[in-house]
Formats: sequence, structure tokens, C-alpha cells
Amino acid sequence: MIHVNTKVNGDEVEFLCDPRETLLDALRDRLNLTGAKEGCGTGDCGACSVTLDGRLVCSCLVLGAEAEGKEIGTVEGIANGEELHPLQEKFIEHAALQCGICTPGILVATKSLLEKYPSPTETQVRYWLAGNLCRCTGYDKIVRAVMETAADLRKAS
Amino acid sequence: MAFDDTKIENFKVVGTRVKRPDGMDKVTGKAKFGADVVAPGMLHAAVVRSPHAHARIIKIDASKAEALKGVKGVVTRADFAEGLTGGNLDVLENVMAGEKALYDGHAVAAVAATSALIARDAIKLVKVEYEVLPHVTDVDKAMKKDAPVIRAGTADKSVPLGMHENVVRYHESGHGDLEAGFAAADMVIEETFKTEATHQGYIEPHACLASMGDGNGDLWCCTQGHWNVQKLCAAMLGLEQSQLRVTASEIGGGFGGKTAVFIEPVALALSRKTNRPVKLVMSRSEVFRATGPTSSTSMDVKIGMNKEGIITAAEGTFRLQGGAFPGAPMEFTAMCAFAPYNIENVKQIGYDVLANRPKQAAYRAPGSPMAAFAVESVVNELCDKLGLDRLEVRLKNASKQGTKASFGPTWDRIGLVETLEAAQIHPHYAAPLKAGQGRGVSCGFWFNHGGETSVTLALSEDGTAQLSVGTPDIGGSRASMAQMAAEELGIPYENIRTTIADTATLGYNEVSHGSRVTYASGLATIEAARAAVKKLKGRAAAKWGIDEDAVVWEDGCAKPAGSNAGEFDPLPIEKLTAKMGSTGGPIVGHFEATPEGAGVSFATHIVDAEVDKETGHTKVVRYTVIQDAGKAINPAYVEGQFQGGAAQGIGWALNEEYIYGKDGRLQNSGFLDYRIPVASDLPMIDTVIVEVPNPGHPYGVRGVGETSICPPLAAIADAVSNAAGVQLKELPMSPQRILSALTEQARV
Repeated sequence: MIHVNTKVNGDEVEFLCDPRETLLDALRDRLNLTGAKEGCGTGDCGACSVTLDGRLVCSCLVLGAEAEGKEIGTVEGIANGEELHPLQEKFIEHAALQCGICTPGILVATKSLLEKYPSPTETQVRYWLAGNLCRCTGYDKIVRAVMETAADLRKAS
Repeated sequence: MAFDDTKIENFKVVGTRVKRPDGMDKVTGKAKFGADVVAPGMLHAAVVRSPHAHARIIKIDASKAEALKGVKGVVTRADFAEGLTGGNLDVLENVMAGEKALYDGHAVAAVAATSALIARDAIKLVKVEYEVLPHVTDVDKAMKKDAPVIRAGTADKSVPLGMHENVVRYHESGHGDLEAGFAAADMVIEETFKTEATHQGYIEPHACLASMGDGNGDLWCCTQGHWNVQKLCAAMLGLEQSQLRVTASEIGGGFGGKTAVFIEPVALALSRKTNRPVKLVMSRSEVFRATGPTSSTSMDVKIGMNKEGIITAAEGTFRLQGGAFPGAPMEFTAMCAFAPYNIENVKQIGYDVLANRPKQAAYRAPGSPMAAFAVESVVNELCDKLGLDRLEVRLKNASKQGTKASFGPTWDRIGLVETLEAAQIHPHYAAPLKAGQGRGVSCGFWFNHGGETSVTLALSEDGTAQLSVGTPDIGGSRASMAQMAAEELGIPYENIRTTIADTATLGYNEVSHGSRVTYASGLATIEAARAAVKKLKGRAAAKWGIDEDAVVWEDGCAKPAGSNAGEFDPLPIEKLTAKMGSTGGPIVGHFEATPEGAGVSFATHIVDAEVDKETGHTKVVRYTVIQDAGKAINPAYVEGQFQGGAAQGIGWALNEEYIYGKDGRLQNSGFLDYRIPVASDLPMIDTVIVEVPNPGHPYGVRGVGETSICPPLAAIADAVSNAAGVQLKELPMSPQRILSALTEQARV
């Protein structure tokens, strides 16, 4: 077992994990943060998306041990207490989720998109999200929710 | 069931885009899906699967696995009930192989251990000795004389004499005189089509947590129907149904694929053997190899049309393989094929064929999209050759109220004509196309379903309501249920909490399938709310000392029905519920029934596609879905169903297919090689909600979930044909298929 010290959503945490365990396993099974989902385990679906030192990654392709000394951001850290992030608000308002299993990964990914590109085009949103599979919505309402959030955030700033 | 008090105007909550009550949990990561729970002392399980498409199991030696540190138990077929017959035996055979492994990925044993890693290590130590048998995975080959027999003696009495033993069921329906009909045609076209199997592709793999005790058990799982899970698992384990409580987790997509059981009985058997809770989660590869993809098909369609565009006769033969077990939805394929049209002379035939593939499961309008691909493609070809407009021809032949359907019934009020007329005036149909682009259209049909339904609505002292339904919420149904309850009770939408009840707390509920939830659970919710309102009116009547019939319910208040009833101030719901303990006891409304008035649904789709003649790649550039919803309870989620079905249909048309190697093994059991549409593959998907009320629902609701996947296959084939000049008769229209069609065309 490997002893790992890391920071998740701003909190300092530690856990023990097998060298073969992924960061996704560690988050879900060791830290009880089950917001990130395993849809494929091979980096193809994006349901496990988290940020690792600010970079968007599939946590199923990162080892738990690699979290040592890093800062991890998960869906559980997007809202500020009871106050939802504008993306979360907009996803609910626009019915941008149906079953909701891909939603955590898509929110982590789109938050990361808007931090990097505050004024994305529709094409940019679609290509940024090309690694996040959604089987329910056909992406239409997701893309609209992201574009509108970006517009709202620009107005507010 | 008649609803004399149907009201379709002046809704206050129904028809609005309320926010779903479970939205907060789903955007914050709090929602608990199948794999998101733990239990004290829990073990993790993994399944040993056959690497062979067809093999006799000679011996299973688990001694090395059992000796591995951390392994607590191994189960094989011997750990399940004996003496099952019919459908239950088929389910058990599929859940855990008996004498033979029937497809690549078929479960043969399972291990429970103290960690998932140990369980996965342990399955590699289970030694299975196989005698490999000849296999067949293609539907046409499986029907040929020399094909290996997959399960002898499976065929039922419907199958005509002289057919291969792999043909297990037969369907035939129709009416009129085909010969005369084809003779009256100015043009007859006959074509053969093939479609590969596709997978529902829900993002959440199957997952469950089972806990068995002294003859009873608890099961948590992601399923479209937990009473069905209860019934099947009880049979597989030899339990009394009521001793097994099943709770449905949040469900990460199903589309029909989570209407069956796969791992749930296995987890229960392991829990019984180890006396510990057992969690079992499928990998994505297991989902592809060993759950329930669609049938693959081979189809012949022949249609005759006169110069005016009237279909004079139509005939279809639909061969579906549904894996190693009976059940391919060939009768649905046959019945849906010509359903959009009023045809005097029509006949459809279906064959259910076994092959060495996993047992098919429902996928959104099971069987219908393939039929629409074949039939609508021929209709479009006839329009071209006779120089007729696709929508006008469809309008001329469209089924409407009073039409005798191709498979027997006479249609009640239906909305196909309305979708076609909406398509005619939609700007998409007249919009100019760019070079290299083509436009396609298609109609589609699905039956929709009612089914066994139980709902309970309990009022709280403060006048709010707890609504318990038994149909898992796959895509926002808690919201539409609460909207309907709020409408009837006259209280704010937010004052209703909708819960998906477990099997121990509500009467039987059929699976969330057949686009039945908003129709059937919705109808039951309305009736349960009306039962509660009746009691509220009774309490007010007693207080006022007047007849119950003299009380009306409006805006959440009891009011005297008119001046004759007496002069009383309105009594709001919270005043009545506050006193309910002393005025007759708790107020609960409930409704149990098997409603049979699910209105059928039709759609018309328009699509523009662009074909790259260098690479054969097709891009969908514009898409419009027009569908009859009867009444849209929550238009945002109705649009979502239209868009989601269209997107899945686009994947089916262009990319998705099960690829089996010569060895009978699945070659593409992951999302990288089984490519579902990603965001950058698709355009925005425009929607038009047509509302032709269903006479079988108090608000006119029709199911909306399934019909949307039926038209895309043929519509895109039509667009490709118009863009590139090649008409593809085999799906998917992958770049290599389009390229070879283009090469072939250049040669001739």
C-alpha cells in the first residue's frame, strides 16, 4: 500500500492505496467522493473528468499514487457551499441533463473550458467536449447551456 | 379507459419548463447511481467469462482462485435454482452458463473477494476446460442448412416446417391481395437491406450491491424496473418474491438495455454463499460483450406505387438474430414496418433467429428503426423514380383515424398527418443546400405502452404532498409526475416530493419501458391526486355540513360549488390537512391499474448531410425532429427525448456496429472502437412538438421516448444518396462502406 498526501477541492487529505489503483478508484473508494464516475475505465468517455493541478484529466488514466503533492478538483468542489456555480444553475435550467451520469464530468470539463476560453464558439465547445460522452441529450442543450453561461459570465465581469 | 373529464386547456403547471427536483443532486455529484453505495463488510465481485463463441463446458476448477488470499467465495451454475423452465430458464442460462457457453463473454463463474483488485486477479485463476464448438454470428448464415445448431429444441410451433433449428419463432400479418396490388402499381421496387447490431451505449455500466440473509435479501441496482428484477432474481435464487427487496438506484441511462438482469442474480448468489454484502460492477468491455445489444437484421422489402404516388401493395420479410436465446423483436419490426401508411394490400413476415451472440435486449423502439430504414428507403427511391415529392407522397398514404393498420387494429386519433404538414412548412424543408450536401426525410412509428402501474400520493399535515411512483426516473420523470400532481392538487410544484419507491413500499410496477412512464405513471399520479382531492372535499363537506358533491376543488382550496351550496370561505389544503388526524385520519390517494390507452406516436425527420467523397466520411449538418407528443408535460424534456433519439439514430446510421471476428469474438468492445456520436459530430437538433391529444390519457399524453430513433436511419441514407449519388442498403454507412459504394459506382 502507498501512502498518499494530496489536496482535493482545497482540503488536505491522505489515503492508502494499492499501486495499481487509479485516481478514480482512490477518489471513489478511499475518499468517498463518488461524483466522478467510471463509464469506461479507458479514457474514452470522460465521466471521470477531474482537474489535476488545474489540468483537465481522465482520473481513470491517472494512478492514485500520482496524486501525491497535487491539487485535485472534482465535481464536489464546483459549488460554493449551497451556492451553485453558474454552469450548474444553467444545466438545470436548460434541461442539459437527462440521466445525469455524464453530468459531473461534463461540468468539470466545461468549467475548465470557460476558465481558459471565456468566449468559446459553438465549435470550440463541441470539440472541447468531444471527450465527454453523453448518450441521452444529443448535446444540443448542453452546448446551449455552456454558451449561455459563458455569455452571462462575460456580462457579469 | 375513458376520461370524460379530459381537460386540455388552461393548465397552470403542466406544459411549463419547471426545474427538475433531482437536478441539484445530479449537478453536484451527490446523486447515488448503481456503483455509488457501500455496505459494512462488503465484498467485491468479478465474473469469469467465456472467450469462445460456442463451447461445451467440460470442467470448472476454482481451487486456485479459492486459495488466493482475500477470496471469500466462488459461484457457478450449481449455485442457482434448479428446475426452471421457459423464459426463466433462458434468463438463468444467460446469467450463468450451464452446459454450454453460447457467446463470447458468456458468464461461467464469479468470485467474491475483499477487494475489486483481488477479485479481478482471482478470476484469472479459475480454470475452465472447454470443448470448442462451431459457431455462427450472422443472421443469414445462422438460417442456412449447414449452420451449427445453437440450442436444439428451442423453436416454437409458429415456425414453418423445413426451417433450420436456429429459427425459433415466426410472425406473419397483413391483409388484402398482394398480387393484385402489385399488378396495379406503375412501379415496383424490391430491395434487400442489412443492419448490424448496435448497443444502447448507456454511460453507466451495470452495477449492484446485494445482501442476502436468512432466506431474504436486499438488492440495490441500476435498473429500469426493480419489480422485474425482484421477480427474476427470486426465481434464479429460489426465493419468495416478497423476501427480496429491490431498490432502484439513480440510473445512468438504459434505453431498454436495463430492462433485463445480468449481474444481479450473481451478486445475490455470492452474497448468499459468503454471508457478506457483495458489490458487482461491470467493466465497459463486459457491457458490450455480455449485456443486451440490438438484433442484427437482414430484410427484404417490396413496394408498389402508382404514378399518383399511392402505395398499391407492400411486402416485407424481416430476419432478426437476437443472440443465443429467443426474443428478437421481429414481430415489432414487422408490425412497425408499414404502420405509417394506409395500404390496401400488405403483408409482413418475421423470423426470430438464434446466433452465437449475447441475448438481445430492448433498445428504444426495439425492432422499429431497422424496419423504417428498409421501408422508408424504398419509399424514397420510388418518389425519386416517379418524380414525386417525398412529403406529398407520405401525406397521400398517411395513416389517420379510422385507417386499418397494416397489422390489424384500426387507428384512433393519431398525429402522423400533423407531423408531415409541419414538415412541409418548416423552413428546413425549403432551405437551399450547399454543394456536396443532400437532404433526406423519413417517418417513424412506435406503439407506446401502458403496463402495470401503482402510485401513492400522501398528504402531509402542512398541505404538501409525497408522491411515490415505481418507475425509475431515467430522464426527468420526477418533474413531470410532480407537475401533474401539482396541477390536480392546485398547489405549487415545489410542494411535491416525488420518490421512486422500492419494491417493499408500493404495488407492482412494470419496467420503465415502452415510453410508458409519463403516460402510465402520469395517469396513475393524476388519479391518485384526484382520489386525495375527493377525500379533501369530503372533509370540507363534513365541516360545512353540506353534501360532498356540493364542494369543488380549485387552486388548492375547497369551495362551495355555487350559491345553492351555501356561503363558506374557501378552505385551503393546509387547513384541511392540519386537522386530518381528527377529521377521519391520514389522507392518501392511490391508484393501481394496467392502463391500455397508450396512444401510438409518429414522427417525421428532415436531415441534411455532407459526404466527403475522398474519405467517405459523412457529416450531419442540419437536423429537424417533428413528433407528436400528445401533450408535452415538460416541453424541455420532451425536446430532450427527441434530440437524444435522433442522436442515437445518427450513430446507428453512420458509425455504430458490433464487429465479430472469424473466431466469433467481439472485436470492438470499447468506446474507442464502438464510436457513439460525440459533441463535435453533431449539429444542433431542431425540434417541433406536435400535440394531437391521446384520447387514452386525461391530459392527452403520448409516450415520446422511443419514436425519435426510428426515422434517422432512412433519413440519413436518403441524405447520403442525394449528396453522393449512392444509396446504401447496409448499416452503418461508415466511411469505408461509402467509399466502396462510390468506387463501385465509378466502375459501372
